[in-house]
Amino acid sequence: MQASQRESGSVLGSWPRIRKRPEDFPVRPHLLDYAATRAAFSWEAARAGLSGLPGGGLNIAFEAVHRHAIGARAHKTALRWIGKDGSRRTLTYAELSQEVLRFASALRALGLKEGARVFLLLGRVPELYIAMLGALSAKYVVSPLFSAFGPEPIATRMRMGEGAVLVTTPELYRRRVASIRGDLPSLEHIVVVARSGETIPGTIGWSELLARGDPRFIVPPTDPEDLALLHFTSGTTGRPKGAMHVHAAVLTHYVTGLYALDLHEDDIFWCTADPGWVTGTSYGVIAPLVHGVTNLVVEAEFDAETWYRILEAEKVSVWYTAPTAIRMMMKLGPEIAKKYDFSHLRFLASVGEPLNPEGVMFGLEAFGRPFHDNWWQTETGGIMIANYAAMDVKPGSMGRPLPGIEAAIVRREPDGSVRVIEEPMVEGELALKKGWPSMFRGYLGEDERYRKCFAGEWYLTGDLAKKDDEGYFWFVGRADDVIKSAGHLIGPFEVESTLMEHPAVAEAAVIGKPDPVAGEMVKAFVVLRPGVMPSEELRRAILAHARTRLGPVVAPKEIDFRDNLPRTRSGKIMRRLLKARELGLPEGDLSTLESDEQASAPLPGVQP
Amino acid sequence: MRREELERVVADVLAGIAPEADFAAVKGEDDLRDELDLDSMDFLNLVIGLHERLGIDIPEADYPKLFTKNGLLDYLAAKTGQ
Repeated sequence: MQASQRESGSVLGSWPRIRKRPEDFPVRPHLLDYAATRAAFSWEAARAGLSGLPGGGLNIAFEAVHRHAIGARAHKTALRWIGKDGSRRTLTYAELSQEVLRFASALRALGLKEGARVFLLLGRVPELYIAMLGALSAKYVVSPLFSAFGPEPIATRMRMGEGAVLVTTPELYRRRVASIRGDLPSLEHIVVVARSGETIPGTIGWSELLARGDPRFIVPPTDPEDLALLHFTSGTTGRPKGAMHVHAAVLTHYVTGLYALDLHEDDIFWCTADPGWVTGTSYGVIAPLVHGVTNLVVEAEFDAETWYRILEAEKVSVWYTAPTAIRMMMKLGPEIAKKYDFSHLRFLASVGEPLNPEGVMFGLEAFGRPFHDNWWQTETGGIMIANYAAMDVKPGSMGRPLPGIEAAIVRREPDGSVRVIEEPMVEGELALKKGWPSMFRGYLGEDERYRKCFAGEWYLTGDLAKKDDEGYFWFVGRADDVIKSAGHLIGPFEVESTLMEHPAVAEAAVIGKPDPVAGEMVKAFVVLRPGVMPSEELRRAILAHARTRLGPVVAPKEIDFRDNLPRTRSGKIMRRLLKARELGLPEGDLSTLESDEQASAPLPGVQP
Repeated sequence: MRREELERVVADVLAGIAPEADFAAVKGEDDLRDELDLDSMDFLNLVIGLHERLGIDIPEADYPKLFTKNGLLDYLAAKTGQ
């Protein structure tokens, strides 16, 4: 099954087109005619779907919660939370708004300056949503961290972002934060969400803080260009990049919720992504609430049958999930899914990495609806290219650009400009015409790195793709060495740096190795210091070090020892070559190769 | 197979996947994935490793039974005929 998935996935467009008959749909899709909607669209007109702050300006949290709390949706369920132990909590828009405003005012009472950074390191608990929206209401900048990050990625991001507040749990604090707290000079307050009422010295309890808050807090005037969210993402080189997003992004969240997710008033929406990543923020928190639908939050990790039960019992109508989960459900087979009643499910979407055609078709087989793949990235802030409810699906394609989004396949020219490739199915870099509301406004503290992402009017995504004669885009691969595992972007440099902190390691190179479930998995090649002998014991020691420092999602799954690594003349490790060799692929252009790797130490007198 | 033996096998397989994990310290009703910081790929690797070591088939539908320490050991005991 694994081999066949990969093979057929590479044959673009060889799968039958899934034809849509929107006239038969029980609910009329918002985007019925792609060309007409695109032609008529303008961001200015779309703004009518938002309210704006009463005193002027635009604030994400106000659009997501407070405007509904003072309107017709006040008593409608905003959040429906299901805990790991099956416990439930629901919050209406009015209730959520009260909690959010209390948290906002309590944060203000801590004496933080406007624009201070509030980091969140929490599982999917209600407090995460309250804290995020509360900080945004008070005009603090929110940076969500994935709770499976180890101390190293947390410390790097909090130092870069100069986090003033961290909201976390006692367990996560002990496991991941206590050891690095001394290295976080900007951190002023740690708020802990304790179920048991336990207290930790040097921290503030969630309930204690909230009790100080005033639900009559008024969202201050917010300029749409004020910084709202700081999402860290990974590049090939150097430290993580802090993509800066502003309050104006909420217009993209609104428009994509409308067209790409087809949200309607009575929907029960479930985004399975963790808010520690951009998908879980833009679509796990903001977009569904902006649309005033009921947002389902499930704390537990993936388990196929648990998910099927939830889809059935909660009557989920729009479901946004990821290829890794879909492939795990495929492994279980469609028969088990067929035992459940999915009659409420109207629209299925997927993001995180390209969804292979088998995954699209599995949706049809198991749920009676295809999965609709879409494409975007941390920098874009929201969905940019999508398959729509009323548009035919070509399995394996990411779909067509959203109304308001101009996408093209381009080639970089030697003079730094780009040329748009008009011929269909020619590979090039995916580019977006700059200026959409949720476009990132910078990489924190790295203007040069930000500038390099643009050529003229185009934002260059770093993804390689093709466009067919009907305007559907097809993903080809990454233009850089960034690893995409289970929908998470992992920067090889961050992993290599941590590996090299191990006393036995002299050098390390990290690649993404294809994996049938996760898309890619992190694989490390390690060169030991002179005199250190490779052994299984040492491999395990290095693995334990990496997992403890980085957390399970970022740490390598495989470690191989090497005597040395292939390098360019300028000394850069050629990860591309390591990867080609790992996969048995052609080695490509080796003209810049200076020193090659060796499988084992050369024998005396023999030239390597 | 006796329960202590099974515990050793699990600890052994885990040591190749998550060497920092202390299986012995996990309480019976705790979720291994939470307590030992295993992501979904680690969990799959654990299942594959147990399948190889014990020669038993573990269908995907049974995975949820393996999430807690007791659940895992009970399941393996039943499958290995104890």
